[in-house]
Amino acid sequence: MIIVLNKDSMAIVREQDVVPFRNRVKEYAVKMGMSLVNQTKLITAASELVRNLLKYGKGGQVKIEVVNKGRDNGIRLVFIDQGPGIENIELAMKDGYSTGKSMGLGLPGTKRLVSEFNIESTVGKGTTVTIIKWKNG
Amino acid sequence: MERIPILRMGHFLLVTIQVDLYDQLAENLESDLVHMVKKTQAKGVLIDVSAVSIIDSFMGRILGNIATMSKIMDAETVVVGMQPAVAITLVELGLPLKGVHSALNVERGMQLLHSKILLDQGDVEEGDDDDHSTE
Amino acid sequence: MEQWSSNQLSNDGLRDDLISNEDQLAQSDELLTVFLNTLTEDNLDDTTSSDFEKVIDILSGISISRAKQGFSSQETGVYIFSLKDALLTVLQQEIKDPTLLYAQTLKVNKLLDSLSVITFETFIKGREEVILRQTDEISEISTPVIRVWDGVLALPIIGTLDSSRTQVVMENLLQEIVETGSSIAILDISGVPAVDSLVAQHLIKTVSATRLMGAECIISGIRPEIAQTVVHLGIDLSQIITKSTLASALKTAFQMLQLEVVKKNREKVSGSRI
Repeated sequence: MIIVLNKDSMAIVREQDVVPFRNRVKEYAVKMGMSLVNQTKLITAASELVRNLLKYGKGGQVKIEVVNKGRDNGIRLVFIDQGPGIENIELAMKDGYSTGKSMGLGLPGTKRLVSEFNIESTVGKGTTVTIIKWKNG
Repeated sequence: MERIPILRMGHFLLVTIQVDLYDQLAENLESDLVHMVKKTQAKGVLIDVSAVSIIDSFMGRILGNIATMSKIMDAETVVVGMQPAVAITLVELGLPLKGVHSALNVERGMQLLHSKILLDQGDVEEGDDDDHSTE
Repeated sequence: MEQWSSNQLSNDGLRDDLISNEDQLAQSDELLTVFLNTLTEDNLDDTTSSDFEKVIDILSGISISRAKQGFSSQETGVYIFSLKDALLTVLQQEIKDPTLLYAQTLKVNKLLDSLSVITFETFIKGREEVILRQTDEISEISTPVIRVWDGVLALPIIGTLDSSRTQVVMENLLQEIVETGSSIAILDISGVPAVDSLVAQHLIKTVSATRLMGAECIISGIRPEIAQTVVHLGIDLSQIITKSTLASALKTAFQMLQLEVVKKNREKVSGSRI
């Protein structure tokens, strides 16, 4: 049972919105007492996803929530865009880095950085990516 | 337009990244570096990332690009001062960072570059009058 | 109250080695007082009533502290059951009317049962906290980073290398590299019972991270069985320097650092360079 302790959200429309967004996520992570390594992983994952939001989703919104599940506290980020959507999610989630090609959406790597990862997308409607990083995850 | 300063240290160029690189700034850096390498005939590029707390795939691509471009211009690239948390995250993310060498700090980075250059020169200048013979 | 105390004392489950009788008495007294104060005609029926919050708090406190002190779950449960017995005995003595006695007994029964469920739940939580704490401690102890020489670190990894251990190993190792300016890390895996593709992945990750810090890794302590498994599983370790013993890894490290170990007293034995 996940309880939301704090809700926040930011609109991501231009490149200049990325840095303030990262800083905001960092604030919450630091306040919660997340270790430096976990902070770094979370913010890096957030950075990947927010770039996708801008580049492929044509901008959108990110919900930043502090959540609690039992004994664990964590941060949940929801990236919502009304862009073209992803046609083949399975393919997008496949690890392609070993072939040396470009990172594409960088989703499999991003997934490894966080505790929970969920993606929903409809072609023509948009994409929603939800990630959770538990404090001790 | 902001530009990241590039310092010249003998045969090497030193770039210290202290701000978050957004797209335009990164592109400028790539182009500025390539031009500087050409202009100074630099043999090595040191990129100091000790102040960088997040390296995502975008930044990783930039570093890779710089390394590849420099190599084409006959210069080696060394990234120095990476923070442990960043290194761990990069490995988990799976960024290959091709052609990029690493060193703990600028001093070690220069040592590394020197040894790399000696090796290269040793290979090429075999029949030369130069002192740089392979050992 | 007296009934309950004598119940507890006569119970075989009394652990006076873990908690003195006086403390026990004090605890029980507090619990009972709050319980009786909270109890009214209304909430006797409602086990989930918020009136019982304070009781639950005290009960949880007692349960958790007992879990930490080493009481078994049975002993803690018996603590509550003996209260129930005492209450029922008192009821029997006070109420003469059988129907009323029965009704009240049922209510008291139900109430105390739910309280005992809470007791068990919190007991388990208490034990889980102990386990978690111990796990952390084990992680800490079992991944020491040793400075064997100027610029050379050694990590004897003991036990299974799962992803959370790997995180701890990587963090400790990289931190030491920064602090000591070491350029070589020897990972000794003779204490790792099995190396499968997952463990190999963790090792490879650690080596990659070390390289990003400008240092090099040597993996030592490779037992023949591990070498076999690695080959059979098709794991590619060709990019990593591997040695079978820590000693040979150290030798390699010295070579890489261009160091020589020379025996003193050179006149007699000239070729003793290691």
